[in-house]
Amino acid sequence: MSAYEAIILTVITASTPLLLAAIGELVVERSGVLNLGIEGMMVMGAVSGFAIAQVTGSAWLGVLMAMFAGIAMSLLFAFMTQTLVANQVATGLSITLLGLGLSGLIGSSFVGMPGLKLGYLNIPGLSDLPVVGKLVFGQDPLVYISIALTIGVAYVLKRTRIGLIIRAVGQNHDSAHALGYPVIKVRYACIAFGGMTSGLAGAYLSLVYTPQWIENMTAGRGWIALALVVFSTWLPGRLAAGAYLFGGVWILGLYAQGMGLGIPSQLLSSLPYVATILALIVISTNRRLSVINTPASLGQGFVPDR
Amino acid sequence: MSISNPSKSATSVLLEVHALTKKFGDFAANKGVNLVLEAGKIHALLGENGAGKSTLVKMIYGALQPTSGRIVWQGKELHIDNPAAARELGIGMVFQHFSLFEALTVAENISLALPAQLRNKDLNHRIASLSKDYGLPLNPDALVADLSVGERQRIEIVRCLLQEPRLLIMDEPTAVLTPQEAEALFATLNRLTNEGCAVLYISHRLEEVKQLCHDATILRHGEVVAQLDPQQETAATLAQHMVGTSVHQISRQSADNIGDVLLELQNLNQYSDTPFGVDLLGINLQVRSGEIVSIAGIAGNGQGELFAAISGETVNADRDAVTIQTMPCGQLGINARRQLQSAFVPEERNGHAAVGEFSLTENILLSHHAVRDGEVAVQNGWSGINRAELARINQHVSDTYDVRSASVDAEAGSLSGGNLQKFVVGRELDRKPKVLVINQPTWGVDAGAAALIRQVLIDLSRQGSAILVISQDLDEIFELSDRIAVISRGQLSAAYGASDMTREEIGLLMSGAHEKANLIQDQTGGI
Repeated sequence: MSAYEAIILTVITASTPLLLAAIGELVVERSGVLNLGIEGMMVMGAVSGFAIAQVTGSAWLGVLMAMFAGIAMSLLFAFMTQTLVANQVATGLSITLLGLGLSGLIGSSFVGMPGLKLGYLNIPGLSDLPVVGKLVFGQDPLVYISIALTIGVAYVLKRTRIGLIIRAVGQNHDSAHALGYPVIKVRYACIAFGGMTSGLAGAYLSLVYTPQWIENMTAGRGWIALALVVFSTWLPGRLAAGAYLFGGVWILGLYAQGMGLGIPSQLLSSLPYVATILALIVISTNRRLSVINTPASLGQGFVPDR
Repeated sequence: MSISNPSKSATSVLLEVHALTKKFGDFAANKGVNLVLEAGKIHALLGENGAGKSTLVKMIYGALQPTSGRIVWQGKELHIDNPAAARELGIGMVFQHFSLFEALTVAENISLALPAQLRNKDLNHRIASLSKDYGLPLNPDALVADLSVGERQRIEIVRCLLQEPRLLIMDEPTAVLTPQEAEALFATLNRLTNEGCAVLYISHRLEEVKQLCHDATILRHGEVVAQLDPQQETAATLAQHMVGTSVHQISRQSADNIGDVLLELQNLNQYSDTPFGVDLLGINLQVRSGEIVSIAGIAGNGQGELFAAISGETVNADRDAVTIQTMPCGQLGINARRQLQSAFVPEERNGHAAVGEFSLTENILLSHHAVRDGEVAVQNGWSGINRAELARINQHVSDTYDVRSASVDAEAGSLSGGNLQKFVVGRELDRKPKVLVINQPTWGVDAGAAALIRQVLIDLSRQGSAILVISQDLDEIFELSDRIAVISRGQLSAAYGASDMTREEIGLLMSGAHEKANLIQDQTGGI
């Protein structure tokens, strides 16, 4: 494998958890809900995925468990914000804090254990092709899942009736309710979808990226995902571009550090944030597009008047 | 237009409502309401704001569930669980505040409201052909945000028509239309009734009810007070039924003391910074001491933007765009403009003019903190608030303008719409401003409060103030104004003497007869 192939591979690996977490949050926000608990759902996905993989010896069961853990956390959020109509910001923050604390407790006995790694896809013949073989056909399965999810979300939101209903609920929940759409149920479903992808993102960290459990191992990726959603103006294509840009600059920074260029490491490690923000600001200067795509009821609780 | 034939012989009862009651907590919004709707007839539902009209139709449309009572549809008693069930039965509703999604297209909006069997590939085609057939042209792919209010109403009507309704409920449909657009709507409604559809028509415009409707039910405080034939009544007797007492007649001398120009707009341009806003283009207007000038127009043609540009909520780049009392103040903020003895009353009373969670005295501070008209300031320096002075002003406002509240210093949000409007108007009038700009002075307030507010505006102008009224209510405009200008799509017509204007002329101006094409071109910049 050439150095350039290795760089691209690491870029993809660094970007995928962001993309997974963010694509779910995009759907959640399109339905008008602001879930700040991504970090907490991710870290719970990471620890439970790791734990189940250790206990059962199957990385895939770990992935499945991570998805369930993410969904469970998100349903807690949904119950508080949709059924009890609690404040979404406060609830999201508490979900993050709960997830970070709970995962530390669950994971304390797994710290330092060598982990199980989800294997790479290996298609005989195709994966051995020169140059593109490893890159296109030799990634781990979650990379393909993340790309498929992105394309799927884009298609569903833009082309299908379910997507239209999600957008309608996010735009104006009163009107959607008046037309007879089950606002709360739609939001429950979207929140659960967001929880699932956050859980997947967590599993990616503890079963692919660094196959071990380290407390607090999400290291703020949930917040980056959140920012990506807003800056991408809620469009899946831009979201994917933003996630890969972030991953790319991050890895370049690591290589630059490795080569000893004499740039302060703090500056290098802040670069991805700066680059992502700049790129997405440039994209979102089209105010008309931004305003039209912004879910107008974002973050507002809904109480049907009956 | 002509009144459609009221002597339809083969009428059949479509919907009966028996003793319908709806309670919100202890408050009964509807008490034992009875109503009979017949196919092929237009039935008016009249009443003041808060009389319970909306509650009643929401129950018929399934958006609210009655506390008690029966709904009988074509002879069968049933529960209408939700709006989808109502649409299934053939009940369509056009809302007063449209339930549209601004960021979605016309076709997407319509599709959301249709049952599954009507959504298919050629929906766009059917929208285009049906809307053309009924004289309501619509482009299915247009974004709702880009449409005028009249066009938005067409979406709702076309959506209902696609379902071939048996009963069409229209909630204040002409409130957002020019007189000409209203005539076209009446023609559509008459065509529908001739095809056997029933229409339940909610309005408080008595003249059009007399013109259009076959029967009328009048609600007051949630109860039916009269069921009658509007053709046999006069507007005055209908109003009396609605209000319960006879309404105070406004007295108005001609404006004989017209003085200097106190408010002047000179080539005012203000570009909106959101795609949902309206750009103001080349606006010129003079308001003189002693006169009331009104700006008529359909909602959403730039009234809010114009108000904000005059009051200083949006600051202009050109200092000469707005002149108050000979002081160019286009670049000044709202406090600096208030200090020029001017006062501003925005449209939205709870949330813009007043903070609902604040007490009345605190709300007085909010608009008086930077001005000092009396001997005593309400605010000393940065921290000192003169509560005694605020309380005195509040007491005076509440006595002078008949503001009724649970306690003298109640929370603003606890006041009824009419009382809160009297408060926000009285709060500014208490300063005896030389220039007053008021947007929708009596929108959604009861007739008694409306008459009081209009009277105090006339009195203030006769004492030498310059008053600019922005309103969508033509009756109000004719009642108040000395001169009338019309705004459409962000452009303002010249102001003409009120006695020379007719509704038809205003209607033509509302639909843009005065607009200058070269200005509009600037407006259609990039997507």
